[in-house]
Amino acid sequence: MSDKQPAVTQATLVKKAAPRSDYKPADVSPQRRVQRTFAVRLWSIRHSRLLEWFYSRFADVFLLLHPLWKGIGYGRVEAPVKFVEKRVKGFMFDCRMCGQCVLSSTGMSCPMNCPKQLRNGPCGGVRANGNCEVEPDMPCVWVKAWEGSRNMVHGDKILTVQKPVDQSLRETSAWLRVTAQAAAARETDQNTGASA
Amino acid sequence: MNARQRDENPAGIHLPLEPLPGHTSRGRLERVLRRGEFAVTTELNPPDSADPEDVYNRAKIFDGWVDAINAVDASGANCHMSSVGICALLTRMGYAPIMQIACRDKNRIAIQGDVLGGAAMGVANMLCLTGDGVQAGDQPGAKPVFDLDSMSLLETIRIMRDNGKFLSGRKLTTPPQVFLGCAVNPFAPPYDFRPIHLGKKIAAGAQFAQTQYCFDVPMFKTFMQKARDLGHTEKLFLLCGVGPLASAKTAKWIRSNVPGIHIPDAVIKRLEGAQDQKKEGKQLCIDIINEVKEIPGVAGVHVMAYRQEEYVAEIVDESGVLKGRQPWQREIRRDDQIVAERLDHILHDEITETQVDMVKTAH
Repeated sequence: MSDKQPAVTQATLVKKAAPRSDYKPADVSPQRRVQRTFAVRLWSIRHSRLLEWFYSRFADVFLLLHPLWKGIGYGRVEAPVKFVEKRVKGFMFDCRMCGQCVLSSTGMSCPMNCPKQLRNGPCGGVRANGNCEVEPDMPCVWVKAWEGSRNMVHGDKILTVQKPVDQSLRETSAWLRVTAQAAAARETDQNTGASA
Repeated sequence: MNARQRDENPAGIHLPLEPLPGHTSRGRLERVLRRGEFAVTTELNPPDSADPEDVYNRAKIFDGWVDAINAVDASGANCHMSSVGICALLTRMGYAPIMQIACRDKNRIAIQGDVLGGAAMGVANMLCLTGDGVQAGDQPGAKPVFDLDSMSLLETIRIMRDNGKFLSGRKLTTPPQVFLGCAVNPFAPPYDFRPIHLGKKIAAGAQFAQTQYCFDVPMFKTFMQKARDLGHTEKLFLLCGVGPLASAKTAKWIRSNVPGIHIPDAVIKRLEGAQDQKKEGKQLCIDIINEVKEIPGVAGVHVMAYRQEEYVAEIVDESGVLKGRQPWQREIRRDDQIVAERLDHILHDEITETQVDMVKTAH
């Protein structure tokens, strides 16, 4: 919990004591420096319902192609699929390739863009104007996620508690993983259905 | 030995409390809350020193006024004595600490280890926090970890306690018995999501919650109304965070520099109008306590009096929230007496024994 501090914080002193130099990078976190504008990301959140509809069609098509992926081998298709996924989702959502996409549970606002990478809701530091505590000029990812989820048909998925990120899945394709899992679930369904 | 205080093992003050049905911990805070008494907790200002006396002295001024003491985990991302260290010292002296765990500095491996260590020392309450960003503190160049978030941290500890397993599924021989807490900030956007978000925390395992500083009572009331409608107050004990403001100047400074604290203009005006601003700040805190304690669903207050710790006792006394109840107070334990009797001489006798002498006397 935050507390009161003397008028000049240690952080200010540390910054002032830094050696003077002509090169002064913008006072933002390294993560923020990668992405300088949020226009596309905010567009995606405003159109979360459309994207939700589109993604469910898209996932169906991917699942339909499961025999193809399996025939070629998931390992072999991973590289090209990941190439496309990274660029498409990177452009649309500023995707960080965590490999375990939860966009449909977070109102199409990628939680990995939160400087604290929170996957279960906002922290207590959101500014009164709805901007981030760490990046004063960035709208809080979770304020936007809540707005986006309200437009979606299955927006209440935002209420499920997400498991911690599995760091070993970074830089892998979430599309292929979801497809393979859905195919496996379908098979077990059919098996239990046949035996019953 | 007869128990002189309510939450005390009848067989001896030095023994841990007996487990009660429906309780997940053996702590006194959970007992107080489940009995329906109005609980008071506070925060210990962590020292920047390696001297245990600093912790003991800072805890001593709360004696007999609070039910539990928060051991903060580098609050505001400023480096201080660790919460595990403070808990080790406090439990040794018989206090009931609430161990805060922030996700900023430790990954899941370190956190689960600390949970076991804390529980083994006798910490009965743990508060799961996300933690402030590193940019707010004295070492902005540090690597922010945030491996878990407050929600997955709650779930992790709940799984350890209820299923007796680590996050990996490996079994624990003795699970930690803890009372789990979380923080809530009803005063930051998205306002309509906050009560729902609290519901998520309850689902993840939260049993009690402490709020951020409350200076805007009407805003808090709307939040509580929604929380009650959602049925949260039946599943969770909510402690309202309060604290005295030292002056109008500090209030303004906090408002613009500390993220997540909302101070309305009326509060600053009231402080500016007062002759003795410090006294007015204290009175304001008491007034807020008196207002929030009447709100249905508020189970207690969390008094955060940073650098004004000496006021905690006065605030608690003058607001009358304890209603004459005396929170547990540390007493000389029986084993303390035994140690004092048996080992007192080593303080006075000047015997320097070498191994050679010891061998000689043994023959």
